[in-house]
Amino acid sequence: MISESLVDLSRLQFAATAFYHFLFVPLTLGLSFLLAIMESVYVLTGKTIYRDMTKFWGKLFGINFALGVTTGLTMEFQFGTNWAFYSHYVGDIFGAPLAIEGLLAFFLESTMVGLFFFGWDRLSRLGHLCVTYLVAIGSNLSALLILIANAWMQNPVGADFNPVTMRMEMTNFADIVFNPVAQSKFVHTLSAGYVTASIFVLGISAWYLLKNRDSEFARRSFRIAASFGLASALSVIVLGDESGYTAAETQETKLAAMEAMWKTEPAPAGLTLFGFPDEKTRTTKMAIHVPYVMGLIGTRTTDKVIPGIDELEARIARRIDTGIVAVKALERLRKDPKNAQRLADFNAVKADLGYGLLLKKYVADVSQATTEMKARAIDDAIPHVPSLFWSFRLMVGLSIGFLALFATAFYYAARNQLSTPWLLKWALWSIPLPWIACELGWFVAEYGRQPWTIHGVLPTHLSTSALSPGNLIFSLSGFLIFYSLLLVAELYLMFKYARLGPSSLGTGRYHFETAGQHTEARHA
Amino acid sequence: MLDYTTLKLVWWALVGVLLFGFAVMDGHDMGVGTLLPFVGRSDDERRAVLNSVGPHWEGNQVWFITAGGALFAAWPLVYAAVFSGFYIAMLAVLWALFFRPVGFDYRSKLADKRWRQAWDWGIFVGSAVPALVFGVAFGNVILGIPFHFEDTMLPVYSGSFWQLFSPFALVAGVVSLSMLVFHGANYLIVRTEGDIQRRAQRAATLAGVVMLLGFALGGVMANTMSGYVVTSPIDTGAGLNPLDKEVVRQAGAWMANFHAHPALFAFPALGFVGGLLGIVFARVARGVIAFICSALAELGIIATAGIAIFPFVLPSSTDPHSSLTLWDCVSSQRTLGVMFWVALIMTPIIVAYTGWAYRVMRGKVTVEYIKANDHSTY
Repeated sequence: MISESLVDLSRLQFAATAFYHFLFVPLTLGLSFLLAIMESVYVLTGKTIYRDMTKFWGKLFGINFALGVTTGLTMEFQFGTNWAFYSHYVGDIFGAPLAIEGLLAFFLESTMVGLFFFGWDRLSRLGHLCVTYLVAIGSNLSALLILIANAWMQNPVGADFNPVTMRMEMTNFADIVFNPVAQSKFVHTLSAGYVTASIFVLGISAWYLLKNRDSEFARRSFRIAASFGLASALSVIVLGDESGYTAAETQETKLAAMEAMWKTEPAPAGLTLFGFPDEKTRTTKMAIHVPYVMGLIGTRTTDKVIPGIDELEARIARRIDTGIVAVKALERLRKDPKNAQRLADFNAVKADLGYGLLLKKYVADVSQATTEMKARAIDDAIPHVPSLFWSFRLMVGLSIGFLALFATAFYYAARNQLSTPWLLKWALWSIPLPWIACELGWFVAEYGRQPWTIHGVLPTHLSTSALSPGNLIFSLSGFLIFYSLLLVAELYLMFKYARLGPSSLGTGRYHFETAGQHTEARHA
Repeated sequence: MLDYTTLKLVWWALVGVLLFGFAVMDGHDMGVGTLLPFVGRSDDERRAVLNSVGPHWEGNQVWFITAGGALFAAWPLVYAAVFSGFYIAMLAVLWALFFRPVGFDYRSKLADKRWRQAWDWGIFVGSAVPALVFGVAFGNVILGIPFHFEDTMLPVYSGSFWQLFSPFALVAGVVSLSMLVFHGANYLIVRTEGDIQRRAQRAATLAGVVMLLGFALGGVMANTMSGYVVTSPIDTGAGLNPLDKEVVRQAGAWMANFHAHPALFAFPALGFVGGLLGIVFARVARGVIAFICSALAELGIIATAGIAIFPFVLPSSTDPHSSLTLWDCVSSQRTLGVMFWVALIMTPIIVAYTGWAYRVMRGKVTVEYIKANDHSTY
């Protein structure tokens, strides 16, 4: 039997390694496109400084990319090592986008990234530019396929349970690819990556400007980052993915929790802008309530009702009752797989099988579940409100801050006033913030999916491998040690090369190479 | 749409193709990584060795990643049972692999001697440990793995980590490691010159001989070991539950396919001939032909193992009817079909642009080249 501490440790390990992996992903997604833009300018204008920009920001890209690849390996292993039952139960669907990711995207990105670094003298200008674009396209395509897989965990479409093989099987591949949750997640995640990379370039360039070093190089980088960042920050907000939450029924519990919608309101529902949600009293204290807004954003209509937690719980209670019937019907069918009546009985209720499995956390034979156990299962099925409520608001608040920064930076860059210290300091100190926003976003998405690994289909507590907690303590310790060491090495090199700036290219044209004279990089 | 039986067979072959692709592509840079501290004496020499695979190892590693992904998609039960069962061994591989991306990319970014030497050994570990453990894992698969499925199909492994290192599994590990080192040495003969090339030639001879001896010894041991036989009828065209079949252990069963179809002896023969010719061409510094020969030896050796246990892919030693065969470890017909078309279209494209990348970067990597490109090479 799977112990609860094993489940908790497995979740902790997955969360820690996934959060860690995503420290490196957004910069890869965004910086690859910024490099392509810089190099495009180089090819169009022939100005060497843009090639130097591509090479220098490319160096920082490489330092980041190495850890992105390293930590991505863990993700590929970990479904099998730690989530063996999950891998069996949904591998038929979930494995496909992962394998396609390798064939379609990651091969391209990884093969081209080698030529990006080593092919400068071997390829024509246009040839190398194509390589850079292929790196960017590869990394973004890779994100698309991973997000298709992830979106299926949130909204499992195009699949059905097969009682012979005892797993979910694909019924419609197109439904999985065009999952509405995948579409909104893709756009949202990419824009977040573009924002992250833009602030990274903006902030480091601002530092050079503050130090009055390599100003020409920094100004040009700053301008490109400000323009690209402004467009991306706008798209994060305009294409904000809240629509994705209501487009899919399975996302309703997440939406209700992150908006602290304790009770169903008549349409269009109001938005709680701020407040302190309290799980015990099921109220939000000191709430600042804006009427109508939630209903309008969430449903794009004035008459569709968004269910609150009270209504969702009533629905879950009904589905758990049917789910118990489904679990028992499956057990009977397994004893006599050829029995058509038993198959029909099971098919009638199998949509709620997952809800019956929720009770397995409390009792092996779900038909013996007490009212109290059912109440606990219903309670489990609503994600933790205060943490989601706050994480979501913090993420949105940070994003609005990014938009303000980019708009200001763009304005000053356009007027060629890039010696404004407060703006430069603002950009510099903003560097860590997009990472915080990205991680908060993933927290909302994945913690908000609990208690499921596959929403409504497979509860988290059934998904793990048959390991011992000792195995997990061993692996967690290993990850802690290796990841800490790798992070130290990464940050050390990142800081070293960012401080060194374009002088690290060894062209002889930049600050540390011109022996302190105030020469600027002269663009040919 | 292809019928289910055909798709199952095609995917058995495709998993083999991915393993072979991994051995040829990632295999040679793992071999180079293993040889790095030995064929490169000075820092510049080591950089020449590193940069011979510098532009390519990243793409090559995707063969490994894709093989993992394809296993997940096409053989989810194998992916679940192997990765969770070999938990500690898998972590050892994973953690060793950590050293490669970081080692390649970070090593030469600082001039400090200790920093560089530490990463050289990191790359060695990241290349040699996975090569060894993969072989040990395959050896265990051939021996049968102590695992069973519960009624829900949760795989449960009942062996220990140390149990993995039985004599036969160790022989398999040595074959796997020496095979990739042999292949990597042949690659270095192509891409380097002078002292490095001469050391690579010696390494190729040594690794090739070890590989051939190990392969022969493994064959002798497999000849008498207990294999597995399915004794109940299998409806290959249906979606199957592995637990619904009967399996028995039988001495010598792993030779049955070869005896039934003697033409299949061509594969072990290819392993030996490829290995011998590879050594000969390595000694006369004909790198490209030696590289092709070692690739063919890899094909022969991998195919020999796959054919020996056919139709099994993961026999269970403690609960034989939990054993997985290529008929019942697979995804649904629809998933196999979708994945088949994706693989059919993408694989030639991948091979084409990978080939182009090698063409762009062709030629010898010399110490002079490293010195001239100090800031842009590994």
